[in-house]
Amino acid sequence: MHQLLGLILKRLGFGAITLLVISVIVFSAVEFLPGDLAQQVLGQSATEETVAAFRRELGLDQPSVTRYFIWLADVAHGDFGNSLANGQAVSGLIAQRFANTLFLAGYAAAIAVPIALILGVLAALTRRSLFDRLINILSLGAISMPEFFIAYIMVTLFALKFGWFSPLANVTPEMPLGTRLWATLLPALTLNLVVVAHMMRMTRASILSPMASPYIEMADLKGITPLRVVIRHALPNALAPIINVVALTLAYLVVGVVIVEVVFVYPGLGQLMVDSVAKRDMTVVQACCLIFALTYILLNLTADILAIATNPRLLHPK
Amino acid sequence: MARRIGKIPPTAAFGIAVVTTYSVAVLFAPVIAPYGQTEVVGAPFLPWSGEHPFGTDNLGRDMLTRLIYGARNSVALALVTTLLAFLIGTAAGFVGSILKGWTDMAIGRSVDVLMAIPALIFALLLLTITGPSLVATVLVVALIEGTRVYRLTRAVAGNLVVMEFVEAAQLRGESLWWIIRRELLPNATAPLAAELGLRFCFVFLFISALSFLGLGVRPPLAEWGSMVRENATLITYGDITPLLPAAAIAILTISVNFIVDWFLHMTSGLEE
Repeated sequence: MHQLLGLILKRLGFGAITLLVISVIVFSAVEFLPGDLAQQVLGQSATEETVAAFRRELGLDQPSVTRYFIWLADVAHGDFGNSLANGQAVSGLIAQRFANTLFLAGYAAAIAVPIALILGVLAALTRRSLFDRLINILSLGAISMPEFFIAYIMVTLFALKFGWFSPLANVTPEMPLGTRLWATLLPALTLNLVVVAHMMRMTRASILSPMASPYIEMADLKGITPLRVVIRHALPNALAPIINVVALTLAYLVVGVVIVEVVFVYPGLGQLMVDSVAKRDMTVVQACCLIFALTYILLNLTADILAIATNPRLLHPK
Repeated sequence: MARRIGKIPPTAAFGIAVVTTYSVAVLFAPVIAPYGQTEVVGAPFLPWSGEHPFGTDNLGRDMLTRLIYGARNSVALALVTTLLAFLIGTAAGFVGSILKGWTDMAIGRSVDVLMAIPALIFALLLLTITGPSLVATVLVVALIEGTRVYRLTRAVAGNLVVMEFVEAAQLRGESLWWIIRRELLPNATAPLAAELGLRFCFVFLFISALSFLGLGVRPPLAEWGSMVRENATLITYGDITPLLPAAAIAILTISVNFIVDWFLHMTSGLEE
């Protein structure tokens, strides 16, 4: 048990360092912006005094190390500064959108994870069958096609040809849950097409690999029932990779929504980020980048820790 | 070798056929294309006709012409970016594995941090700094994909540098570059060649995604990702023309994947 705890603590420590380094990278992005930020915001016509006053207000007259810690403290309190484009508080801009993005990613995951796990186990049981091959082809197609291609095919088919959905996934905060789920079904299904095949393949592989090992053969030879072999002997060893697949997919979904959000004009964080990059609104991009990276790293961290914690070899050290 | 090539699997044959067709489009675009890349030839959004097989785009440029030129621009751009990513990734991987010590540590940890940020998000952050431009897109994507190439190179080279012949070369006092070129590279060709194919697919999809978001290739250059973006409004009217460039991307990446699969199969010495 001691060894296990040590591993988890080590992983946590490494995660914390990664987060810190990333916050430095995201912060210094502003430093690399060409020209003077205050001058750029106020425009060429601003007098020298106004620019100097504005620089003081932004804290630009301080050394960058001081500004980093002030910024970090603000961010920790949920204050991301003001948008360079329109002066609004960034936290106000992103709060609702981040909730929308999480909703869409969570919705897609809620459909994708059970489908992928069930089909993955089925594929493992029916190895080398037609179904197994079909999954291989599907997953190849899914990684080879641009996400916007899949999204537009879905729109063309289900929104325009059959007319079941609206091609735009426009949601508002006061929308009731049922309407909201229906309005976002098409983007959620698109995300599913992107991830399910891959998840299925990983699940299949993680079940097949322990099934081929000597201790399973041994269990078989002892005369244990096949169900007991799978549940008692194979599953504990397949659990870690499966948890990993699920968490990685969730992490992928949070990021993968960017393109899908743009296609469906969904009011999420990805859409805001893309718009802000075009406008070079650095504070908004910074906040979005930080939130995306944070979510991504935390999900990966959770996956690693769960994988360590469920590893039978570590649970029963010699 | 000849016997092996004699029985190309149908998937690989399909892949080779597609890549050949695309290469022709890349090399002879100005000859094949009926109009100029940026030439306005009619009203915007004309329907499909004999004169304009796929109609015209949002500015009245011939769609077929832009598809052909798109092959040239998109493929060339992705190739340059992939090669650059390889240059960065393999150099860092080989140098790190030979020098070991703190150089290796520094490169490895920096890559860990870079890979902890999701690729697209990191690209968006970097493009905000540089402002969207062609050169910036190539450099940013090459840097990000280069970290992935580094991982593979480092893993492959890690197994090679412990071999006696590398040690012997080091004891003879051969230079870093000599060891990479004469001892490591020849032994790492197969995995690196397969990686080159796969990496090309990822780079290609990455650049087209950025272009689709309006942050990659700038107009008026024809590029498949940005062509989808420019003409996306047509889709809401039930016209599938904007899907053509997207399909062109998908077909090429699938084909390259098929060829890489076949190549891996051949070099691993497995028989069906």
